[in-house]
Amino acid sequence: MSTMRHTDPVLPVLEARGLRLHLADRAGARWFRKAPRLEILRGIDLSVAQGETIGVVGESGSGKTTLGRTLLRLYEPTDGSLRFEGQDITHAREERLRPMRARMQCIFQDPLSSLNPRHRIEDIVAQPLLSFGLVRDRSEARGRARQLLERVQLSQSFALRYPHELSGGQRQRVGIARAIAASPKLVIADEIVSGLDVSTQAQILMLLREIRAETALVFISHDLSVVRALCDRVLVMHRGVVVEQGATDAVFARPEHDYTRDLLASIPLPERDPNWIGSA
Amino acid sequence: MTPPVLLDIDGLRVSVGGRPVLRDVSLQVRSGEIAGLVGESGAGKTMAGRAVLGLLPDAARVLSGEIRFDGTDLLSLKARAREALLGRDIALIPQNPMTALNPVARIGTQIVDGLRMHLGLDRNGARARAVELLQAVHLPDPESLLRRFPHELSGGMRQRVLIASAFSCRPRLVIADEPTTALDVTVQKQCLRLIRELQRQHATAVLFVTHDLGVVAKLCDSVAVMHGGRILEFRSGDDIFRAPRHPYTRALLAATPRFDRPGDTLVPVSAEVLARLQEEVDVYDAAH
Ligand SMILES: Nc1ncnc2c1ncn2[C@@H]1O[C@H](COP(=O)(O)OP(=O)(O)O)[C@@H](O)[C@H]1O
Ligand SMILES: Nc1ncnc2c1ncn2[C@@H]1O[C@H](COP(=O)(O)OP(=O)(O)O)[C@@H](O)[C@H]1O
Ligand SMILES: [Mg+2]
Ligand SMILES: [Mg+2]
Repeated sequence: MSTMRHTDPVLPVLEARGLRLHLADRAGARWFRKAPRLEILRGIDLSVAQGETIGVVGESGSGKTTLGRTLLRLYEPTDGSLRFEGQDITHAREERLRPMRARMQCIFQDPLSSLNPRHRIEDIVAQPLLSFGLVRDRSEARGRARQLLERVQLSQSFALRYPHELSGGQRQRVGIARAIAASPKLVIADEIVSGLDVSTQAQILMLLREIRAETALVFISHDLSVVRALCDRVLVMHRGVVVEQGATDAVFARPEHDYTRDLLASIPLPERDPNWIGSA
Repeated sequence: MTPPVLLDIDGLRVSVGGRPVLRDVSLQVRSGEIAGLVGESGAGKTMAGRAVLGLLPDAARVLSGEIRFDGTDLLSLKARAREALLGRDIALIPQNPMTALNPVARIGTQIVDGLRMHLGLDRNGARARAVELLQAVHLPDPESLLRRFPHELSGGMRQRVLIASAFSCRPRLVIADEPTTALDVTVQKQCLRLIRELQRQHATAVLFVTHDLGVVAKLCDSVAVMHGGRILEFRSGDDIFRAPRHPYTRALLAATPRFDRPGDTLVPVSAEVLARLQEEVDVYDAAH
């Protein structure tokens, strides 16, 4: 069971304390003044250990994607601190981050849309191995890529195909294979099962349950039911603030914050309840 | 007493470019009831809804079957007679509130035009009715809203405007195709409540298309489960959710994650169930 899995009480892989981020509000920019700065993340505390999966939930615009990007240091925090494997990377320069990047990976909703459509699947999966110099040559990289495809239950025939030939679920498997290629310590997955049918979604969730022991996983999703199916802990975001966090089972059984209660009460469970819909 | 059947889809077969997409689809929607059409992507839900609206793609061919609206077969109706029904007696709530509204026309114009065309109201009458409608969907300050453009509204507000305009000419049937799929759950719930409320008020029949079993369970009086262009079971919502009969319905329910159950209770749809469905489709296609 997800909550009973043993995790080392060691140093967290990633630890954020009081993380703040401001971004320029493009809509508010005028020719005579700079764009005003909006506070998108307003003091986030988060820590995730090896073998642990933490869910980040909240409605659209609450700051989930921005948090994911900040944890990967694609944004530089305005305030607070961020440690990866014990090292302070809050304001680290790209040269210092570069060697760490192999150990922090991300997967997006459509992991292949940002990649070269003319590259074969095996080369897409092999790419992190090559760019981080983790293999001697391309043929070793391709060999590893094929093992990784097997890991995500894609047959060898996929190695030579191109992204557009794959279904949504197959693409997501490729995205996962590519993310785990460099044996990362941290994986950030942003809405990766959101566009999928339930039957495909269930398969991808099963796959994630198999690989989650190897890494620290931050699983971002607007879907609280999916988070319950996968995550040990959950963090509920609302307008750039964490309103509640704790063990998933506990938070969903006994939500403490009104916002969490509202969210849960709005999810239509697939069972009859004539009173659920209420009147306006 | 059961209300009369308003929409009766009977043995509908449609192919697109020679490929079957609807295989003997039959289902009924009664006045004042919401019928749910649920299934995964590619099942043929949108095609079924479009067939009723007469909006099938050019390459589509109706091979057999009837779509009776209040006794009249829509498929054999002349184009003009059919167009007169659409927008007035049969209305659509589309999926995407971002693209369904004309981005360069004010909200007021978009609703008022429809009211003038279908109900023959004059400008002032149509405007007054539009204000009423926006009030009915609980939008604040309807007068000023009429002067706004779609991009000035949130996704939830836009979808309420679309719901309001679908119900604006007091249609007898509304086809809603994934109308809340793009919305946050809290906003989705408000929109579902709104559809329920308006539909009850006017005894409108609704064909509600969605991939979401949860939405169907909470909203629909009857439910058709669809896969591979076929209706696998069509029964009352109470019956389907109390005792799902078809193995695919049961498999879908078991594969749907629920926040009130631990993760390890999730079971993906089995290869056997899928293979069985494919086999049935192959047998059907061979016979037609
Ligand atoms: N590059 C950006 N510049 C300015 N504001 C942004 C930028 N990216 C996101 N935002 C704003 O930050 C808030 C959080 O967005 P996001 O992180 O995408 O939320 P979520 O992923 O939870 O939907 C939103 O209000 C959004 O408009
Ligand atoms: N414009 C189109 N031209 C050809 N085939 C189409 C078109 N739209 C949908 N289809 C096909 O028709 C089948 C049913 O699609 P659709 O009704 O959109 O399914 P659903 O709404 O249940 O996801 C699918 O196999 C799809 O590929
Ligand atoms: Mg996001
Ligand atoms: Mg559809």
